[in-house]
Amino acid sequence: MSWLKRERTGIKAAKKPARSDVPEGLWTKCESCGEALFQSVLEENLWTCPHCQHHFRVPARTFLQYLVDEGSFEERDANLEAGDPLEFRDAKMRYPDRLALARQETGMKDAALSGVARVGDKPVALTIMDFFFMGGSMGSVVGEKVARSIETAMAERRALILVSATGGARMQEGILSLMQMAKTSALLARLQRERLPFISILTDPSTAGVLASYASLGDVILAEPRALVGFAGARVIRQTIGEDLPPGFQRAEFVLEKGFVDRIVHRKQIREEVSRLLEFFWRSTRGFAREGGKSPHAELPARAALDLGPAADSVTR
Amino acid sequence: MSAWLDFEKPVLELEQKIQNLREKAGASGGAALELAELERRAESLRREVYANLTAYQRVQLAKHPQRPYTLDYVERCFTDWTELHGDRHFADDPAIVSGLAMIDQRPVLLIGHQKGRGTKENLMRRFGMPNPEGYRKALRLMQLAERFQVPVVTLVDTPGAYPGLGAEERGQAEAIAVNLREMAKLSVPIITVVIGEGGSGGALAIAVSDVVLMFENSVYSVISPEGCAAILWRDGKKGPLAAEALKLTAPDLERLGVIEGIVPEPVGGAHRDPAAAAEALKKAILRHLDALSGVSPSERMDRRLARFRRMGVYRENPA
Ligand SMILES: [Zn+2]
Ligand SMILES: [Zn+2]
Repeated sequence: MSWLKRERTGIKAAKKPARSDVPEGLWTKCESCGEALFQSVLEENLWTCPHCQHHFRVPARTFLQYLVDEGSFEERDANLEAGDPLEFRDAKMRYPDRLALARQETGMKDAALSGVARVGDKPVALTIMDFFFMGGSMGSVVGEKVARSIETAMAERRALILVSATGGARMQEGILSLMQMAKTSALLARLQRERLPFISILTDPSTAGVLASYASLGDVILAEPRALVGFAGARVIRQTIGEDLPPGFQRAEFVLEKGFVDRIVHRKQIREEVSRLLEFFWRSTRGFAREGGKSPHAELPARAALDLGPAADSVTR
Repeated sequence: MSAWLDFEKPVLELEQKIQNLREKAGASGGAALELAELERRAESLRREVYANLTAYQRVQLAKHPQRPYTLDYVERCFTDWTELHGDRHFADDPAIVSGLAMIDQRPVLLIGHQKGRGTKENLMRRFGMPNPEGYRKALRLMQLAERFQVPVVTLVDTPGAYPGLGAEERGQAEAIAVNLREMAKLSVPIITVVIGEGGSGGALAIAVSDVVLMFENSVYSVISPEGCAAILWRDGKKGPLAAEALKLTAPDLERLGVIEGIVPEPVGGAHRDPAAAAEALKKAILRHLDALSGVSPSERMDRRLARFRRMGVYRENPA
C-alpha cells in the first residue's frame, strides 16, 4: 500500500462515518479547544492540535505509520474474522450485521492490526487496536491477534509492542471475550521468561477489560497526553460513590501521578521514544539474544553506533 | 429484595398451604391423604418451575440474598479455617476472604469473594465487590501456597470489581491484570467454583485455574445483564433479554467450553438446602483435587495455559 493510500484511509476512518465523504481542505474543529483546523494541518501534526496539543483518535493503520520505521511493516494474521458463538442479537441487529457495518465503515476486519516491523531499526511484533471498529472492543479476534503477537515475539526474538485504543471487552461475544483477558495475560507470563521487552502504549481510550489485562502488564507503559485510562466508567463510579470525581480523573496525567504509567509521550515523539527504549534493551540483551545465546538478528548491529542521548522531557502540557 | 422471587410464588403458596393444613390437623393425624397429595403436587411443581429456569431467573437465584456465601461453605466443607488478612501494602479488603483450611484432612489455601448478610455487613464487604487490595491479598496468599506447595481453591461470587474512586487511584486494572498473569505462573493445582455471581474481570482475577466449575444456578458473564441492556438496548430494564443473549448460565458456559463441569444444586437452589449444596461442592473439589494431584507441576502449568489459549471463536479465511 502506498503512503498516500494509507494516509487517505487514515483520514477517512478518523472521522465519523457520516462525514467520511467530506472533501479535503475543509475545517475540522478541535474537539478540545474549538480551534478550526485545516485537515492538512492536522495531518502534518499527526492528528494533534497545534494549539492545545489535543490528541485526536486515529485508526490503527494511521498510528502504525507514526510508530514504525517507514516501509518495515509486514502484516500478519490479516485474515482472522469473528464468529458468532452466542448467536447474539441486540435491540437493533444481529452481531454479524454489526460486524459487517463496522467492516464497511473502517475497512478493517476487526478491531486490531497485527504484524512485524522495525522501530529504530529494532525488530518488533506488534498489535495496534482500532477504536473505530466497534469501539475497539476485544473479542476473540483481537485476543487471538494479541496472543499471536506475543508468540511471534517469543519465536522470533522480537520486542513486543501492544497499542491500546478500546472501550473494553466485546459484549457480543460474552464470556469468550472475558476469556481473552486470561489468554493474553497467561501468555505474557511465558514472555516474562524470555528477556524480551514488552512496551504497552495507551491511547485514548484504554479502559476496562483491556486495561485489566495486557495493557497494564508492559515492562514499560507509555500513554498519550490526556488519554482516558481507567477500569470502571466514570458514570458508574459517580453513581456508586455518590460524589463528583476530581478534575482530570482517569486521564493519563492522573494515572501517571498515581503510579500506573511510566511516561506520557506526545505522538510526535512516540517513534523516537520507543526507539530509545528498545535501544536500551537491545544493548542489554546483545540484540534480544537469549541468556548466553547469540542474537538471531545477524543483519542488525548488536550495538548501535548511535549514542542513546538524553531523554527529552516528553510530557507536553 | 424479598427472599422469594416472583417465579417462585406458586411454589411458596402451595408450601404454605401444606404448612397450614399440617398445623390444623395437628395431633389428630387427620388429612393425611390430602397432605400426601399436596406434597406430591408441590414436588412436581417445584420440578416444573426449577427445571425450566430462564437465564434471568438463574441470575436472580445466583444473587439470592439467602444463597450460601463463601464463609458458609467454609463452615460446612472445610475444617481448621484460619483467615489471613491484608495485602501488606494498604489495607485488608473484607470483600475477599482468604486463609488456610483443611478439606478431608488435606491442606488447601482458600480464597473467595464474600458478600454480606444485611445492610451493615454488605456495606462493610461492599456487596462482594473487591478493591485492588482484595486482589493483591489473594495473590499474596496464592504465592504463599506456591512456596508450600499447597493447592489453591477459589470460590467466585461477585457482581464485579468495585467501581470506586479509591479503587481507580490504587490501580484496580493493574491489580486484576497482575493476578491474571501471576496465576498462570503457579505450579500448584488451582480449582475454582463459581458459587453465585461471576462478575467479569472481578471474578476472573481469582479464576485463572486448572479447573473451573459452576454451581447449577450460578452465572458467569463479561458484563451484568443490566449493564449490557443499558448499553445495547439503551434500557437497563431489558436485563432479562440481555441475560438470555449473553449466554451466562452454567449449561451455556459448558457448551462454550469455558468450564469443566456443573455442580448440582438442591431443587429450588442452594439456599433451599445449604447442607446438600455444601456436600456437592465438597465432593466436586475433592474429585478434582485428586485428578490434578496426579499431574506434574510443569504439565499442569502447560495445560492451564493451553486451557485458556484455545478459548475464542474465529474464522481464518485465506486472503
Ligand atoms: Zn485544540
Ligand atoms: Zn516530564
